[in-house]
Amino acid sequence: MYDITIIGCGVIGASLAYRLSRYDLRVLVLERENDVAMGTTKANSAIVHAGYDPMNGTLMAKLNVRGSEMMEGLCKDLDVHYQRSGSLVIAFSKQELLTLQEMYENGKRNGVPGLKLLSAEQTHAMEPNLADTVRGALYAPSAAIIDPWGLCIAEAETAVKNGVELRLRTAVTGIEQQAGHVLLHTSTGDVQTRFAVNCTGTHAHELAEMAGGEGWEAKPTRGEYYLLDKSSGDLVKHVIFQCPSSVGKGVLVSPTVHGNLIVGPNAADADDADDKRTTAPGLHEVQTVARRSVPTIDIRQCIRTFAGVRAITNRPDFIIEPDDVCPGLLHLAGIKSPGLSAAPAIAEYAEKLLGQMGVCYVEKPDFDGTRRVTRFKHLSGEEKAKLVAENPLYGRVICRCETITEGEIVDAIHSPIPPCSIDGVKRRAGAGMGRCQGGFCGPRVMEILARELKTDQMDILQDQDGTFLITGQTKMGGAKA
Amino acid sequence: MKYDLVVIGGGPAGLAAAHAAWEDGCKSICILERDKELGGILNQCIHNGFGLHFFKEELTGPEYAGRFIEMLRSTGVEVKTDAMVLDVTHDKQVHVVSAASGYEVLDAQSVVLAMGCRERTRGAIAIPGTRPAGVFTAGAAQRYLNIEGYMVGKRVVILGSGDIGLIMARRMTLEGAKVLACVELMPYSGGLTRNIVQCLNDFDIPLYLSHTITDIQGRDRVERVTVSQIDNKRQPIPGTEMVFDCDTVLLSVGLIPENELSRATGLEMDARTNGPVVYENMETSIPGVFACGNVVHVHDLVDFVTAESQRAGHAAAAYCAGQVAASTVIKPISAGNGVGYTVPQHIRMDAVTDAVSLFFRVRAVYRDAKIVITDETGAQIAAFAREHLAPGEMESIKLPRVLLDKVQGALTVSIEEGK
Repeated sequence: MYDITIIGCGVIGASLAYRLSRYDLRVLVLERENDVAMGTTKANSAIVHAGYDPMNGTLMAKLNVRGSEMMEGLCKDLDVHYQRSGSLVIAFSKQELLTLQEMYENGKRNGVPGLKLLSAEQTHAMEPNLADTVRGALYAPSAAIIDPWGLCIAEAETAVKNGVELRLRTAVTGIEQQAGHVLLHTSTGDVQTRFAVNCTGTHAHELAEMAGGEGWEAKPTRGEYYLLDKSSGDLVKHVIFQCPSSVGKGVLVSPTVHGNLIVGPNAADADDADDKRTTAPGLHEVQTVARRSVPTIDIRQCIRTFAGVRAITNRPDFIIEPDDVCPGLLHLAGIKSPGLSAAPAIAEYAEKLLGQMGVCYVEKPDFDGTRRVTRFKHLSGEEKAKLVAENPLYGRVICRCETITEGEIVDAIHSPIPPCSIDGVKRRAGAGMGRCQGGFCGPRVMEILARELKTDQMDILQDQDGTFLITGQTKMGGAKA
Repeated sequence: MKYDLVVIGGGPAGLAAAHAAWEDGCKSICILERDKELGGILNQCIHNGFGLHFFKEELTGPEYAGRFIEMLRSTGVEVKTDAMVLDVTHDKQVHVVSAASGYEVLDAQSVVLAMGCRERTRGAIAIPGTRPAGVFTAGAAQRYLNIEGYMVGKRVVILGSGDIGLIMARRMTLEGAKVLACVELMPYSGGLTRNIVQCLNDFDIPLYLSHTITDIQGRDRVERVTVSQIDNKRQPIPGTEMVFDCDTVLLSVGLIPENELSRATGLEMDARTNGPVVYENMETSIPGVFACGNVVHVHDLVDFVTAESQRAGHAAAAYCAGQVAASTVIKPISAGNGVGYTVPQHIRMDAVTDAVSLFFRVRAVYRDAKIVITDETGAQIAAFAREHLAPGEMESIKLPRVLLDKVQGALTVSIEEGK
């Protein structure tokens, strides 16, 4: 019998797993995919919002501001890319200047620190590449950019290191409340657990329905993005938002922690919870709207387009509550934006709720909540020399665009949650994230994965199960000297 | 560690440059190659057709590279493979890391940049749809087949008619795959005519000009693609959709010179070529730093890479011998009507002995046209008749010194349509 079973290992599930791993509890994490961070966590704007946007009094407002406070320290502990870049919401009209004023006041009420309303001159002085038509901005110095999947992986790894059990490729197919515990039917067998937590993102309503309740209505919404080459990475220094409208926070333009420029998202109805396609009209809309903010964006510098799905529901706020029918099941659902920003605070809040539901917390004496990663390219020449002298694998650069060494790739493969795919390595070590998008290093990463995992190259996947790359051998195939 | 010449890249460009410099008396040369072996992309180009111009015989890619590697064996040129250059400073210190030698800083009197190019990806052209496995650049697929020995698909649609895509259409077919179509955005092919004939026509693979892939479907692996005809604004024409059930898409949609090092070093760059601006002897904006091959502009034939790189190697040797090609008379060359770019971008008159060769690409297909050289006064300096000009085939002309002496100010290369 597990004390707590977390269903879904995106950034919400991982944040909770990390949080609970400091206590003397039997914690299990179930993930249907072959890796963690496979849903919305790997396809979003990668922003830690300051928290002026959600309406005061909502859970979103409270948890966003708290999450933003917690994030910097958390990323420091876990060695996750985080940069407090600050954000600007820009206004193009008198009407929008009024909207800024309202957001400023809402932000103040939410407790967002340091908010400032800027004149057009002040705004252009901070961001010279903004359009001349910008008439003012709301500046939020506490907004930040982050590596979202990096955070999720770091939390999940650290949880596993501290005794949390992770079961990949395990989908929950049924939920039953029994006397004093919850019975989960899964694709890899039944699980008995005192409490279960629904962290299944865009699929959360399916779990609520399995539990037998009414649940809520899911309205999955696609957001499409462009990711631009590093040559465009310093076009803006802050996260640039336009004034929010009824359909969301609108198209942003922002540097990423990896040095690229991200442009997006739009908001389009998704066919289902996994509908991550991009469309020509959608991408066109994104670039057109983004050019209103930054007219000089050069879309030809694009290295990747992608789409993520927002876990929007018919309820305006996050849905964080125990299930009606199955009281041992806690929902952390409807976690749309600012879900990433709020993630550590959602975990903190869930910990409290689980306490109220009956979980007793006793701290483990040997808990280690920190993690360190070797990143070759960020070292000084001297440090590089020393590292390569200790381990020559750090002297072999595999990903030439991002300068990622074989040493770092091998580290990733032998991390607490070993990746089984080329993209799994990419999300951990950064190989393949650059301008050639793995064109050069993909085959070499495949070779290293096969060698380290002692498996055949034909079994190495691009990403999730089913994404096989190799369909067979050539006529003289595999015959290597 | 001190060298007269450090060559960055051990593909055809770097090999030819190093060899030429050695022949000219440059005695301490080091080639830095990031792969495990010399030869660059030639190693995976196992088809024939290389060397017709340079060796006057038909070789495969590995054979062509092998000739140069063999020629270098009898020289004192040092080679470090598996070695990645991280930085080239303004004063020509080359920071390099390798598993074998660790982290080193090499002091070079001269440097030849020969890093080659990379392929444009799906991201660069933003093909809409899902993002399943099975979308490869043609070169990556070529590596899987020819180096690793693996097939990457059974039913293939190729987007772009660049040479690597055409070569892979044939290669995949010979390995038993069905290549359903080659789809080209432009109204003409981007590849060599001989490759259209030998790789598509000979295997009855249809080439759809003025078409593009407008949608990729499949959650995990490619399941189908939609191909549409496009109008003259490159927008898909509704009603022209064709759906291909396929598991693989190969992309051959252009090559980009790989100049991250050049940019970091601070070389003046040409936005049209995506390569460094070079003088007549392949010297860049930093004296003693030369560049050649696909890092300067993308070539169609390795033979021409070799010729260009030999000029860079000779120039590097001359530089090391103290013959600095400084000149006050610099003639800039600009690309006029119908011309995409020129290499070199500048000519230093003092450095020109008998003639200068200009290389360029045209922007459209021309029949019975003239290549016209004019100067700043509008005076025509020279004209060259051509029966056929196409963007897929690099053009060159040779301008004798006697003509260059007449030039007032900048030169312009343009195309005049004949009738």
